[in-house]
Amino acid sequence: MRVLAALSGGVDSAVAAARAVDAGHEVVGVHMALSRSRAQFRTGSRGCCSIEDAGDARRAADRLGIPFYVWDLSERFEDTVVADFLAEYAAGRTPNPCVRCNEHIKFATLLDKAIALGFDAVCTGHYARVVARDDGTRELHRAADAAKDQSYVLAVMGPQRLARALFPLGDAPSKAATRAEAVARGLSIAAKPDSYDICFVADGDTQGFLRSRLGDRPGEIVDASGEVVGHHDGAYAYTVGQRRGLALGRPAADGKPRYVLSIEPVANRVVVGSADELAVGGLVGERAVWFGAAPAAGTRCAAQVRAHGTPVPVVVERADDELVVALDDGASLRGVAAGQSVVLYDGTRVLGQATVRACLPVAVPA
Amino acid sequence: MTVYLDHAATTPVLPTAVAALADALARPGNPSSLHASGRGARRTVEEARERLAASLGARPSEVVLTSGGTEADNLAVEGLFRARRAVDARRRRVLVSAVDHHAVLHPAAWLASHAGAEALRLDEPRALDALHDELAAHADEVALVSVMWANNEVGALQPLAEVVAAAHAHGIPVHADAVQAVGQVPVDFGASGLDAMTVTAHKLGGPVGVGALLARRGLALEPVLHGGGQERGVRSGTLSAPLAAAFAVAAEAAVAGRSSYAARVGALRDRLVAGVLGTVPGATLRGPDAARRLPANAHLTFAGCEGDSLLYLLDAAGVEVSTGSACQAGVPQPSHVLLAMGIREDDARGALRFSFGHTSTDDDVDRVLAVLPGVVERARAAGLVAGHTVTHDVAHA
Repeated sequence: MRVLAALSGGVDSAVAAARAVDAGHEVVGVHMALSRSRAQFRTGSRGCCSIEDAGDARRAADRLGIPFYVWDLSERFEDTVVADFLAEYAAGRTPNPCVRCNEHIKFATLLDKAIALGFDAVCTGHYARVVARDDGTRELHRAADAAKDQSYVLAVMGPQRLARALFPLGDAPSKAATRAEAVARGLSIAAKPDSYDICFVADGDTQGFLRSRLGDRPGEIVDASGEVVGHHDGAYAYTVGQRRGLALGRPAADGKPRYVLSIEPVANRVVVGSADELAVGGLVGERAVWFGAAPAAGTRCAAQVRAHGTPVPVVVERADDELVVALDDGASLRGVAAGQSVVLYDGTRVLGQATVRACLPVAVPA
Repeated sequence: MTVYLDHAATTPVLPTAVAALADALARPGNPSSLHASGRGARRTVEEARERLAASLGARPSEVVLTSGGTEADNLAVEGLFRARRAVDARRRRVLVSAVDHHAVLHPAAWLASHAGAEALRLDEPRALDALHDELAAHADEVALVSVMWANNEVGALQPLAEVVAAAHAHGIPVHADAVQAVGQVPVDFGASGLDAMTVTAHKLGGPVGVGALLARRGLALEPVLHGGGQERGVRSGTLSAPLAAAFAVAAEAAVAGRSSYAARVGALRDRLVAGVLGTVPGATLRGPDAARRLPANAHLTFAGCEGDSLLYLLDAAGVEVSTGSACQAGVPQPSHVLLAMGIREDDARGALRFSFGHTSTDDDVDRVLAVLPGVVERARAAGLVAGHTVTHDVAHA
């Protein structure tokens, strides 16, 4: 196959590309320039946006003996991932930009361009497994290393794009093993730190980034009864389930810690309450994507709502363009923010995913 | 077999230049040393200087050897600005062609942000008018004018005689970057009336890492590199006898063979352009007509294509060209030259520069004409994909 290997300049994508070369594919490396104003040097644990990262990607390609190009996708990235990030926070939701990047950039713009240019597939350093069935369909599964599993952020791509994706690290036993492999292959970036932070937010200051782009919008922090308990400079800076940084003037009457329960963007209010009030009885998702047939109502499976969250057992109530799930008996879930992805799993297999639109209250026992 | 049509980026070193380089490299000596080895190295440098001067219509004492074109441009812009302003503090204005190389534009911008200069870009298509207007209004405040001899992207020859006449009427010095011009069109420093002129070795068959600023005798120029005071005191640093020798050999050959070379690459270029315009839909030739253009240059845009797609597909087919000159960390940007020429950013995205050189053949043209229609068709399909919002992939099995 002719394979386009997306090279971030990090360890994972370099080793993934190396494995694609070993597998006999004709591999071409491409580094995506995603930031409009790129810094010379990488800082902290931010991803792949600096010129230094592009240089690291180039050196990995040199080592693998594959052609290498830098493609400027910064405009598309700004128009989709960054714009969505800002709009979602402004709407009182909590976006996951890595999911949106996979949806709009890596497995959309990049993949479509690669296919149009004659490639058969795009290879990335994601930790997830693709399992081919006898009937030719492909399934997305969790990675062999549960700690590194990234199937949660990949589910958004859907089955058609999965057919064009290559994840050579899906069966890697651990990140340490990947690093060891990078050393053995003579890749100079073997010891490069992992990236965690949002790549386009300078110095990891998400709140500062939001404030600079959305401006100050002062408002009230209230409790469930509507009583004003504090003030904020912009409701967008808060996330459901957040406890720290609320700076409330007065402690709660019961003395227990308070959490963000919801954000009301129109009223520009942040509602806080107790941990118990964060409990969720079910989820409503929109823009659902299914691998294979959507699960029938009554299907029992597991739902994951955070990148490295623990899956909880749920019962599917509805699954088409929308998704409605109820927590299974005995399961509990707290503090789910609208805008996050909910991914359904049957064992290690991804059934599909949706974007959380609302949470359902906990059913009160009759 | 690779088709190399990026000679304006750098051209293969002539075997005679390689021989001169290797020969001088094998001989020891710092040209500034006073003993026999030093004198030997100095002799190599000075012979090279004389041959360069003779090839370029300059006197030997007017040749300031540098590390290349960028350094020579910086020395001209900053050195002239500082020297002229030291005489009269009102001389703050630096007039540069908007289609000049970044090695001229960026020093001018830097002087504006750090040294009190005012940098003015003369925009196409009425750069000459803008120059006349500026001189009529502020001649006393102009430190220098810099206009390249021939543009590196679209190969456009600039109206240097008019520029020199206009500036000299006010006693203002003129610099020209002639890096692309030498070997393609007649370049005579003395006859041009220029006060300073940039040349470099690796565009004409010499090694990378050496160039020169030709500076009129008596021209006041402040140094940019300070140190041992080599090169009239305006360019300190140990002289490289091997690089100077190879530069001289290459320049001599390029100038001596210019007429037949220009006719030969001009014919190749014309056949390429005619073939592309005849077979590739949406192809447009950019830049001036052949009479006002470097013979080795062809610059084409392909509607609906992105430069990076074109470059990848051609590279994969063994055809090496350039998407333009502006490039940061491998990211092609829409060319400032095309934008300054008034070409829309969308059109500027799909630009390719084909530049011929001494190794170019008819087979090269044939190969390009064979692969380009398919490449453009494919790049256009990719451009269509990348240019539209990708719809959300909702898949019900």
